[in-house]
This record gives sequence, structure tokens and C-alpha cells, in this order.
Amino acid sequence: MSAQTLGDRARRRKSIGDKFLAEGGRRPPAWKLVLRYLLLLIVFAIMVGPFLWQLSTSLKGAGEDIYSYPPKLLPSEPTFDNYGKVAELIPVWDFALNSLKVALANVLTNVVGAALAGYALARLTFRGRGLATVAFVMAMLVPVESIIIAQFMTMRELGLNNTLTGVVLPGCIGALNVLLMRNAFSNIPYEIEEAAFVDGANAWQRFTRIALPAVKGTLAVVAIFAFMGAWDDFLWPLIVLSDQSNFTLTIGLNYLHGTFANNQRLVAAGTIIAVAPLIVLFACLQRFFFRGVGEGAVKG
Amino acid sequence: MSDTSTRNGAPVAKTGPATAPSQPAAPVKGPRPAGPPGRRRIRTHLPSTPWLFLLPGFSIIGGFVLFPFFSTVSSSFTDQRTLIAGKWVGGANYQELWHDDMFWIALRNSLLYIVGVVPPLVILPLLLAMLVQRYVPGISFFRSAFYTPVVASVVVVGLIWVWMLDDRGLVNAVLGAIGVGPVAFLSDQWLLLISAMLVTVWKGLGYYMIIYMAALGNVPKELHEAAAVDGAGAIRRFFTVTVPAVRSTMVLVAALSSVNAFKVFSEVYLMAGPNGGPGGEDTTLVMLIKQVGTGLSGRVGYASAISVVVFVITLGLMLLVLKADKKEGDA
Repeated sequence: MSAQTLGDRARRRKSIGDKFLAEGGRRPPAWKLVLRYLLLLIVFAIMVGPFLWQLSTSLKGAGEDIYSYPPKLLPSEPTFDNYGKVAELIPVWDFALNSLKVALANVLTNVVGAALAGYALARLTFRGRGLATVAFVMAMLVPVESIIIAQFMTMRELGLNNTLTGVVLPGCIGALNVLLMRNAFSNIPYEIEEAAFVDGANAWQRFTRIALPAVKGTLAVVAIFAFMGAWDDFLWPLIVLSDQSNFTLTIGLNYLHGTFANNQRLVAAGTIIAVAPLIVLFACLQRFFFRGVGEGAVKG
Repeated sequence: MSDTSTRNGAPVAKTGPATAPSQPAAPVKGPRPAGPPGRRRIRTHLPSTPWLFLLPGFSIIGGFVLFPFFSTVSSSFTDQRTLIAGKWVGGANYQELWHDDMFWIALRNSLLYIVGVVPPLVILPLLLAMLVQRYVPGISFFRSAFYTPVVASVVVVGLIWVWMLDDRGLVNAVLGAIGVGPVAFLSDQWLLLISAMLVTVWKGLGYYMIIYMAALGNVPKELHEAAAVDGAGAIRRFFTVTVPAVRSTMVLVAALSSVNAFKVFSEVYLMAGPNGGPGGEDTTLVMLIKQVGTGLSGRVGYASAISVVVFVITLGLMLLVLKADKKEGDA
């Protein structure tokens, strides 16, 4: 085991060397490399700097001047006081719990619903399959923003306004996800399922035992983007939720900003609470995030 | 941890191409998009099975997307309010739109948003992708870092920039150091809109960078080498090799970013406030839909008419960009 790992590592090191030496086998001249890193660092400062500035602001105590000039990039006496104060002013942990519930429910329904529908569209023959696919494509083309008022009225009739169920329901099986799963299932070779059919497997068994394990990657992409979409969503929860006890984090932050706009430390602490879980998730599962961009944009 | 799952996933995917050639006896049928091969009518499942698989998806899509869409169109011809069922008023809502100053302001802002956001989002991510495409040690760290704003919620991003662009915030401190006096990013009507555009561009860069990276990976290296041998400099090669090779991706990015720009809501709502800045001059169309259509006295019929306009223009934008792509492709 360990011997193999070492071998792997050596091979990887070699391939990195190869990549690095590309372009005619020569190392790029040193000044070019320095320039490249300089550019990378400048872009890094632009893209990540604002997050770090927010983090720094959230850690500055009440005694420290956050408007000092020149600005102090690091807090002189870092403190978590602001996080405690946010929790006193608004039930920020309840909001986080609500966001988590909404996001997990959205993952579950999207994964199950999109896999089922995608499998039927890709692998089962029936009259009206083309039409069914068209329905999902049409649903994908309708901008959510243009139907929110009607969705709001539908929720009102169902008595689901101001509930977390109402937040989850309209997006709980995304048309794009159904079509992504359909593409993934279409790429599995037929012969495997035919063999299973000959062995007496019914549609459900072929779905769960053969097709699903073969599309794990796409399922992960759907799950991650469902989580991120629900956690980050703003417009729809803003319209559906009116009672503070049901707020999700994004709506709670908006409320915090509207009510305590003059206290930047608290707003900063709130935003860090909202963004930290997603950054951790992203750090752990990067390649699925990147894969999702490719599949969602190009095939969708 | 994440490495293990790659290895679990990979063999499954690889069985695909591997099994196909191992059965030379089976007649080759070419690519079969879906469904068992042509004439062989073997029942592999009950007639009702597909519909059971589709039931959850159909109920959600039908009940919460397609039905609301049709009801939006139909209620745009009524004077429905949140608590009052409407009656048919014909095109009155659309006539009122025509004479509604607020609607024209919102339409102007949403269209301006496309003009301000799309060119930078087509060009900057391409340059960024070229910067991170080549391998240098630590490059994957930079790629991930540049993607961070995409992962964050638009609310988080908006509030971060509200603080950055504050009269006494970091940006104004830096500007002050070079002698430019505090800029009122968040109180001037036009600066507000421009600031919101900046935030949209900043948040979108990483997303489109990833799309461009996939396209750049497909540009054959030989093209660059041949051009370099012929004496083309880096800038010349960018315009003669890279840009033509990623042109269709640029069109895709233009289509995606213009549709998203036109539907802008959150950035402007957070930075300019729920009422759309001074005198509502920064209201966008989606903000107007929310203002008009929600609340106890919400004018659902009128908001639906605005929604229909948003839908039609969004669809028009997509068709326009795709058509431009086709025409250029023919030429």
C-alpha cells in the first residue's frame, strides 16, 4: 500500500516536472515567471482581499477604530465579541439552521427527483418521451424572476407562505438537473443494462443497481449545486418569508444590514458566518464545483 | 478523501468505451441516442413505469414552473390584486406600462446593466483563464481562490462591497492616498449603478474563467507554435490564434452574462436599498416586479405584465446572441 503510494507520488512529481518544462522542454525565463506570479498575486488581492478585509473587520473589537486612516489591515487585538453580539441582536444560529434545513432538503429532492426523471427520459421507452423532454427544456428556459409573483400566489393558495417548505418547493427538482442526469444516463453503454435485463432485472433494479452507481459524479455535481443554490438564494426567500423566526441566513443578513447598517463590525461578523460553511465545502469538493460549471453551462 | 472517490468513480466510467469493442459479434448500430435499438420491440418494463419515474419531476415542474408561467401570462390581462380576484381588462396593463415612467427607468437600468457588464465579462475572464491555464507551482491554489466569489452568496458579496465602497471604506482610503477625494459610490444615482455592475463582474469572473479554461484546453498547441515560428508576437497570437479558437465560447459567455445581467436584482437591491436608490432612479425591472406585485395590496396583474416583458426580452436576447453567432460562423 505505502509502496504504491510512494510510486504514485514519484510519478505525479515527474508529470508535474513534465508540465512545468513544456514549451519545447525549456524552463521559462525567470523574469517571465516572476511577472506571472506578480500578476497572480495582484488578481488574488482583488478577488480574495475583500473577503479578508471583511474577516479582519469582524475581528476588530469595539475599542478599535475601524475607520482609521491609513486603514489597519490586521486587527490589533483580535476578538470574537462581534460574533457573540450578532447572536444577541438576531437569532443568527436559528437562521443558519433554517438555511441548513432548506439546503439539505433541496439536495435530497433534487438528487432523487432528477435521477428518477432523468433515467426515464434517457433509458425507458414510452410514447410521449420526446414531448416530456421538451417540457423540461421549456421549464429550463423560463426565467425564475418572471414567474415569482405567480409562484407567490400559488404558495399563498397552498397556505405555504412564510414556511420553509414554501422556500424549498418551487426549486426542489430543477429542470436543468433533470436534463443533466438524462445526459449522464445516456452515456452509459446499453450492453450492461441489456445483460442485466437478460438476467431478469426489472426497471427499478436496473436503475438502482446499474445506472445509479455509474453516474455518481454527476449526482455529486447536482447535489453540490443544489446545496449552494439553496444556501445562497435571496430573491425567492425574500418574497416568501415574512416572519423573522423562519428567516434563512441571506434574509437575516439583509435584515441585519437594514437595521444595524451603521455597525460594520456586526454586519461583517454576520457575513462571515454565512460564507464560511460554503468556503469550507468548496475547499473540500473543488473539482465538483468546477465540473458543474462545465456541464451546466455547455450542455445546459 | 476526495482522491479516493475519484478512483471509485473512474473505473465505472471507463467500462463504457472498454466494453463496446469487446463484443465484435454484435452488429454495429452507430451511436444510439436513447432507447433500445429500433425494431426489436421487447418489453423491458411496464407501460406505467416511465410515468412513475417522471411523476415527482413533472409535478414540481408543472406545478411551480409551467403553471405559474401560464398564469403569469393570463393574469397580465387582468386587474388581479393579492387579495382580490381579478377581472379581464384586456391590454390595459400594457397600456399603463407604456405611460409609466418608473417602468421606463427600470427598463433603462436593466438594459444599461447589460451594456456595462457583458463586455468586461466576455474579455476579463478570458485573460484570467490564460493567466491560470499554464502550469506553475501553486496554480491550483490561485484557480480556487479566483473562484471564491462565485461560491459566496450574492448577499454576502453585496454587503462586503457596501463596506468596501463606504465613504470611509477601504476603496476610498486607497483613493485618498493618491489624492482622489472620497467618491460617493453608494449615494450617487449613476455611481450606484456602476458600483453594482462592478460587483456583478467581480462575482462572475471566476465562473466564466472556468468556462474559458475548458475552451482554451482544446486549442491545439501546434497552432501557437506555428504562429510563433512565423514570428507572431504574444499579442498577435492572441488575436489570430486564441480569439478565433474560443469564439463560440465567447458567444456562450455573452449569452449567459447578458441574460443574467438583464435579470439583475440582488446587487442593486442591497447596494441601493429596496426602493432603488435616490428617487428610485436605480430600480431594475425585477426590483419593480417585486415592488409592484408583493405585499397585501400588490398589483399582481400589473406585475405580471412586467414579468411578461422580462420573459420576452430575455428570450429575445438569447435568440439575438445565437443568431449573431450563426451569422459570423457563416461568414
